Amino acid sequence: MSGVATGADFTYAPALEPVAAIALRDRYGLFIGGQWVPPGEERTVPAINPATDEVLALVSQASAADVDRAVRAARRGYEKYWRKLRPPERAKYVYRIARVLGERAREFAVLETLNGGRPIAATREFDVPQATAHFFYHAGWADKLAWALTGPERSRPLGVVGAIVGGDRSLLAAARKIAPALACGNTVILKPAETAPLAALALAHLCAEADLPPGVINVVTGDAETGSALVEHPDVDMIAFTGSAETGKMIRRAAAGTGKRLSLALGGTPAAIVYEDAPLDAAVEGILASAAVRVLVQEPVCTELADRLRARFDLLRVGDPLDRNTDLGPLPSRAARDRVAELVASGIDEGATLAQPDWTVPERGFWCPPSLFTNVAPTYRLAREELTGPLVAVLTFRTAEEALERANGLPSAHTVSVWTTSGALALFTAARVAAGTVWCNTSERYDPSAPFGGVKESGWARDGGLAGLRAYLET
Amino acid sequence: MTRAPVRIDAVMLEARAATLVKRAIKASAKRAGIDLAIACLDLTTLEGKDTPDKVRGLCARGRSPAPGAPSVAAICVYPNLVPAAVRGVAGSSVRVASVSTAFPSGLSSLDLKLRETHEALESGAHEIDMVIDRGLFLSGRYDAVLAEIVAVKRACGAATLKVILEAGELGSYAAIRRACDLALAGGADFLKTATGKIGISTTPPIALVLCEAVRDHTRVFGRTAGLKLAGGIRTTKAALGYLALVNETLGPAWLVPGRFRIGASSLLDDLLMQRASGVSGSYSAASYIATA
Repeated sequence: MSGVATGADFTYAPALEPVAAIALRDRYGLFIGGQWVPPGEERTVPAINPATDEVLALVSQASAADVDRAVRAARRGYEKYWRKLRPPERAKYVYRIARVLGERAREFAVLETLNGGRPIAATREFDVPQATAHFFYHAGWADKLAWALTGPERSRPLGVVGAIVGGDRSLLAAARKIAPALACGNTVILKPAETAPLAALALAHLCAEADLPPGVINVVTGDAETGSALVEHPDVDMIAFTGSAETGKMIRRAAAGTGKRLSLALGGTPAAIVYEDAPLDAAVEGILASAAVRVLVQEPVCTELADRLRARFDLLRVGDPLDRNTDLGPLPSRAARDRVAELVASGIDEGATLAQPDWTVPERGFWCPPSLFTNVAPTYRLAREELTGPLVAVLTFRTAEEALERANGLPSAHTVSVWTTSGALALFTAARVAAGTVWCNTSERYDPSAPFGGVKESGWARDGGLAGLRAYLET
Repeated sequence: MTRAPVRIDAVMLEARAATLVKRAIKASAKRAGIDLAIACLDLTTLEGKDTPDKVRGLCARGRSPAPGAPSVAAICVYPNLVPAAVRGVAGSSVRVASVSTAFPSGLSSLDLKLRETHEALESGAHEIDMVIDRGLFLSGRYDAVLAEIVAVKRACGAATLKVILEAGELGSYAAIRRACDLALAGGADFLKTATGKIGISTTPPIALVLCEAVRDHTRVFGRTAGLKLAGGIRTTKAALGYLALVNETLGPAWLVPGRFRIGASSLLDDLLMQRASGVSGSYSAASYIATA
């Protein structure tokens, strides 16, 4: 299954992260008012291991009535405890979550990998430490908000925050919302990703262990219906959302006229601009660090870059995401896999050139081999639509102006990595490219102190940094 | 060469190298890796206090490090100890490598460097580990560096030439890559990271730069070369990490003594201890490992 054709004598033996210590329940209730409660109606959705298509546990499908219960609990938690707490006390609770999360990092990494399919190396070395860092970072702000913005009168909490997150990094996405919301004095109802709720449920459990007052964090699981109930609930003061642009637009429509505050972190395909003087091996690594990338490459190095990407594809180690040597796991859900397959088919139909590695992916589970498309014309869907991956679409450009025109001509703009050894060219590009984050000669680097978010259809408001605090405060 | 100099940037290079040396090499892979590391070892002694007796002991150890273990690839010594090494390895597959060209500084005339090389070869050395003249390199006289490499290569004839770049003195990964490309253009059979005589010898990103240079040279010119990582590799864990780095950059075809070497003096002790634990299930005290 491995992509590396190792010699007979140096094939890596399996190095599986042990899962025995992970206590999965057969069935999860909802976490409301500091307690696990069964849903009002007996409806469940399975939490699936995307690597094997096996059911890991049954998770409750929260109805509108359940959501209402959670909102009332959050309101009570806010009025009775959380808003009355002096900020340094609030900070202590958030620090405590950070510490316990750090201590139990391995357990959370395994859960995230089991349920989301991201390789254990990524969840253990990036997702969970980064989630922990968000709690530490925001705990530090809790008693300094009066100085963070423009004065004490500007640092009032909003009240009840509904956090709705999707995707395969449910813990990190949840931490990006919960940490600032709590630090700013709000209480939270978390609706984790429908397909990967287990780490979020474990986080709720952790909060209960950390003795958070009842109702400060609540978790309701379920599908889009549950999310809509939360968005439409009149007593929710803010919706913090991470997910698709399409759902973001629906949320915005639903929230119009209700006075609800919104923070929307929407999708968008990372772009890489590779100039002819780029460090090409570095660019290849940077491109493969993102799941799906639109690569704009200067014509003289197009063939060279494509050759290197193709060669690097063959070296990717695909397999059990719990294996510490795995580079590429499955897609998080069947729907995500089907979406990639559909994009690949569209690329072939429209006339782009497809290259895939010569190894095959497992049959069971939601797997997709990485795809490299070259000869992508700017009119193709691969050049216009949001890509999910493993997928790389390569377009060419001739001048920096043309690269910027291409990059800025897309409806969404999240992150752009610029690859060049010329500092002047990097700064020229960074100053003109429309994106939430611009990296130079690196990619996929994040820090809680750096605001993260997109422009245009990639949403507004930021997660992280001083800019991220604003969304959770009455300013 | 009409090709533009290869561009290198530190950030992703270091990230990729860190990923590769952190591969989990367990169980059967670890056992195979240990024997592979032994088979690719240039067992080295390069001290002012070296004597023919010390070298004879080293050779005996290199020929049969432990029951069932492969012999090392070569014994690496100073030129005037080559005769002792040649006697020590006689009748075995172990080769004799001699450092040369005013090792470790490389600061003498080309005439002296060539004479030293000839002498080592006449004494029976199978391999020459030359150092590049960093003074020439850092003052930008790349053609002169290339000319020296070409001259030593010619002097080597059929003997294997390893070119020591002393990467830690070159100042940047881009400069290291430039030195790699010069050495390969000059006909180096192996690129070698370091003399082991300065603070920074071999690091994972430096090893990765060498691997990428060899890979690109093979792809563009169709001529393969090997690489030798020397200096500071003292533990089995580090050695296995470098095997993984080579495995996933150049491929398993490079995991043979003809294309890959580790230059080390104390590494063999740890490899044998780890090997013994793999065989017996428990770690032995250091005193159970025969040292030279």
